[in-house]
Amino acid sequence: MAGNDKAGGAVVPQGGFWGWLNYRLPVAAFWRSQASEYYAPKNFNVWYYFGSLALLVLVMQLVTGIFLTMFYKVGEATAFDSVEYIMREVKYGWLLRYLHSTGASAFFLVIYLHMFRGIMYGSYKAPRELLWLFGMIIYLALMAEAFMGYVLPWGNMSFWAATVIINLFGTIPAIGPGLVEWIRGDYGIADATLNRFFSLHVVAVPLVLLLLVVLHLVALHEVGSNNPDGVDIKKKKDDKGVPLDGIPFHPYYTVKDLFGTGVFLTLFAAVVFFVPTFGDLFLEKANFGPADPLSTPDPISPSWYFTPYYAILRAVPNQRMGALLMLIAVSAFFFLPWLDRSPVKSVRYRGWIYKTFLGLFAVSFLALMYLGMQPAQGVYVTLSRVFAVPYFAFFVLMPFYSRIDPVKPVPERVTYHG
Amino acid sequence: MVKVVNILRALLCAPLLVAVHAAEPATDAPATTESAPLDWEHWRAGNDVSDLASLQRGARDFMNYCNGCHAVKYLRYQRMADDLKIPPAALTASLVPPGSNNLDYITTAMPPADALSWFGKVPPDLSLIARSKGVDYVYRFLKTFYVDPKQATGTNNLAYPSTAMPAVLSSLEGVKSVVFREAAAGAAAEQQKPVDHFQIVAPGQLDAADYDAFVRDIVNFLDYAGEPAQIERHAEGIWVVLFLAMLTIFVWLLKKEYWKVVR
Amino acid sequence: MSDSGAIANDIEIDESRRKFLTAAASATAAVGVAVTLVPFVESWTPSERARALGAPVTVDITKLELGQMILATWRKQVIYIVRRDKALVDALPKNDADLKDPKSADSDQPAYAKNEMRSRRVDVLVLIGICTHLGCLPKQFFDPGDPVLGASWPGGFRCPCHGSRFDLAGRVFNGSPAPTNLRIPPYSFSTENTLVIGLDGGDAAGAA
Repeated sequence: MAGNDKAGGAVVPQGGFWGWLNYRLPVAAFWRSQASEYYAPKNFNVWYYFGSLALLVLVMQLVTGIFLTMFYKVGEATAFDSVEYIMREVKYGWLLRYLHSTGASAFFLVIYLHMFRGIMYGSYKAPRELLWLFGMIIYLALMAEAFMGYVLPWGNMSFWAATVIINLFGTIPAIGPGLVEWIRGDYGIADATLNRFFSLHVVAVPLVLLLLVVLHLVALHEVGSNNPDGVDIKKKKDDKGVPLDGIPFHPYYTVKDLFGTGVFLTLFAAVVFFVPTFGDLFLEKANFGPADPLSTPDPISPSWYFTPYYAILRAVPNQRMGALLMLIAVSAFFFLPWLDRSPVKSVRYRGWIYKTFLGLFAVSFLALMYLGMQPAQGVYVTLSRVFAVPYFAFFVLMPFYSRIDPVKPVPERVTYHG
Repeated sequence: MVKVVNILRALLCAPLLVAVHAAEPATDAPATTESAPLDWEHWRAGNDVSDLASLQRGARDFMNYCNGCHAVKYLRYQRMADDLKIPPAALTASLVPPGSNNLDYITTAMPPADALSWFGKVPPDLSLIARSKGVDYVYRFLKTFYVDPKQATGTNNLAYPSTAMPAVLSSLEGVKSVVFREAAAGAAAEQQKPVDHFQIVAPGQLDAADYDAFVRDIVNFLDYAGEPAQIERHAEGIWVVLFLAMLTIFVWLLKKEYWKVVR
Repeated sequence: MSDSGAIANDIEIDESRRKFLTAAASATAAVGVAVTLVPFVESWTPSERARALGAPVTVDITKLELGQMILATWRKQVIYIVRRDKALVDALPKNDADLKDPKSADSDQPAYAKNEMRSRRVDVLVLIGICTHLGCLPKQFFDPGDPVLGASWPGGFRCPCHGSRFDLAGRVFNGSPAPTNLRIPPYSFSTENTLVIGLDGGDAAGAA
């Protein structure tokens, strides 16, 4: 019925199907509040593509993962063979597999760039602390998801990665060894471990990830996006309440994000179709042989997205301290909103002290990533220790240097050069 | 069957030749500073998976010389014939052993228990060797067998020291010994000494160039066997990437048009 | 929707260019989406393994005696193979008036089985032993004048689930819930006594 008027509600002007629908589900109102009348800063640069790209990769992993689960056979006797079955005998199975394996690495590349954007522009600062925390929990969930996913093909690296990483839990005082056996469900990594990882990877963690992404987006829309100048666009609005430096997300950022999607998919397809193993980085050679409890791959290292933390773990000669330091390295990010005492959000207006620490942190992260892939000996261990210092210093010293850092004056309006 | 004969021949010949040449142990040539040592660790297979003729030869040679002990259990005969464009008659006549049919997986007739007692190790399935060890490794492995009286098989291998596999291709390549150089200070095992050159002790049916081509074909086949879809993957990939690039350009033009009004 | 300060309202919007570019990009994207669906849909088609397992099945019928039925499986379907009495086959046309589809016009069989006896050879009946009603396996009642089915029963099959009856050529009788005759798979004889189910082609034995 056209022109319905629910008690206390707005009159819906449309008739027909949309009128019927909107009376029952706030589709038009949702579209207006989240897209066509949701205002985002006009000065987003290339660093702002990675949020929507992360969402794209999540959807792609879900879809390819669902299809892979139609053919994969969980179980230590069947898993490895079933992956080769997918690669060879299922029509386009090879494509499903490569999309999923490349997607996993793409997910972390996009997320790391997305996180770095947040650090650079101070997007974790008030009122976006909760947004940042949700993002960090997503990061942790993603690491768990990737780790368990890697075990599923039951190759030799799957087996030994599981062995090593689960053993890390054994370093927890008192409850460690019992906890390790509880996680494994057996005295060593076994069929029981594989089966429960399958369930967690396919069902539990994806559901958690989806919930967290929704919370992340709701928290974002509640306060609005930050921008490369760190200027609050809501402070200057026109007489209709629209931020002067804001533009409606639709059509401007829908079309811009579509362009970003196009660039990403082109590069992504080039990798999937031409270099899916990407050297030895995305699909490791050792995993093309079945799990062998009697033979550890040499050298052994986790996937590239874990290696910065792996380098820190191996840098410390004490097992328990190494594990603890690795835990601190990952969780340090959580505290950024409260470690940062600078009045300024964006790196554009920070002083040389902060920029030095940030630059050294970024270089150290990349250096540690490289070092974590090398054998754990000699100069590699020494350099891991060297680069761990700027990594931790970025966080630990931030309460001090962020306060004394000579900041520049922040403009009233965003800078935009069209 | 051809394959078993070759194995037995290799097993018998190797120790025989070793006995004949017992008076000629591997010697250390004086280190020459003019020429570099043999850089076998950096040999590249340089195979081309799109070369169907090479793959066909490799498939035939694999069946004749390797399938006696090694299976390629993830690959079916018919799939191989379809991908490599092998005519059905040739498939049945030369490649599929009696008792198997075209749709079977490529297994080996070697009973694992017997292999274990003969070689001390079950010959591994080779479906994924090109992916787990790399084509260059397989190439080097097939080209660096040498006479070594200390081994049970009478031969050793530079790429895989103390391999349990006998030098089954020596009838083609010939039997060769290796001449090491003086090692750098501290090199303990013989294998760590740089290689000066190989020396043919007894010639095989093929000369060096032909044997090299033979090995490349087999390596090429194993590269294909590791991932049969790669031929299709490359062919389709070109179109996908070009299409996506074109779509991206259209979307970019659209974006620029809309963003003209943003100031 | 009001213009915010960031959107210039003095620049002319070229609506037709916007429409054209949107259409071009959308059309290209639609093609891309369609092509992207192909691998996902194709992945559900029978895999190489399914096709290998669905390959033709060879059955040796040397020991198949008169009036005996043996079973085989082809493509996950039960195949009935019956050695028939020539006299009973000759009597098949007498059933025509009682059958729903005596000429097999609506039923599913290869061209060489679209005859009265619905087979290549008189003495051997090959059919898919799945009732065309709801999929149960019909039971054999080859002897005429069966005590259960009545004195006028000419011999054939009866389905235990809902009572559909079929004659010795698998043709469905009137009054049965099943709508069509039992299906005939593709088959051929590579030798006199070797039946190959799933393979059409040269009939070595010839119709007897």
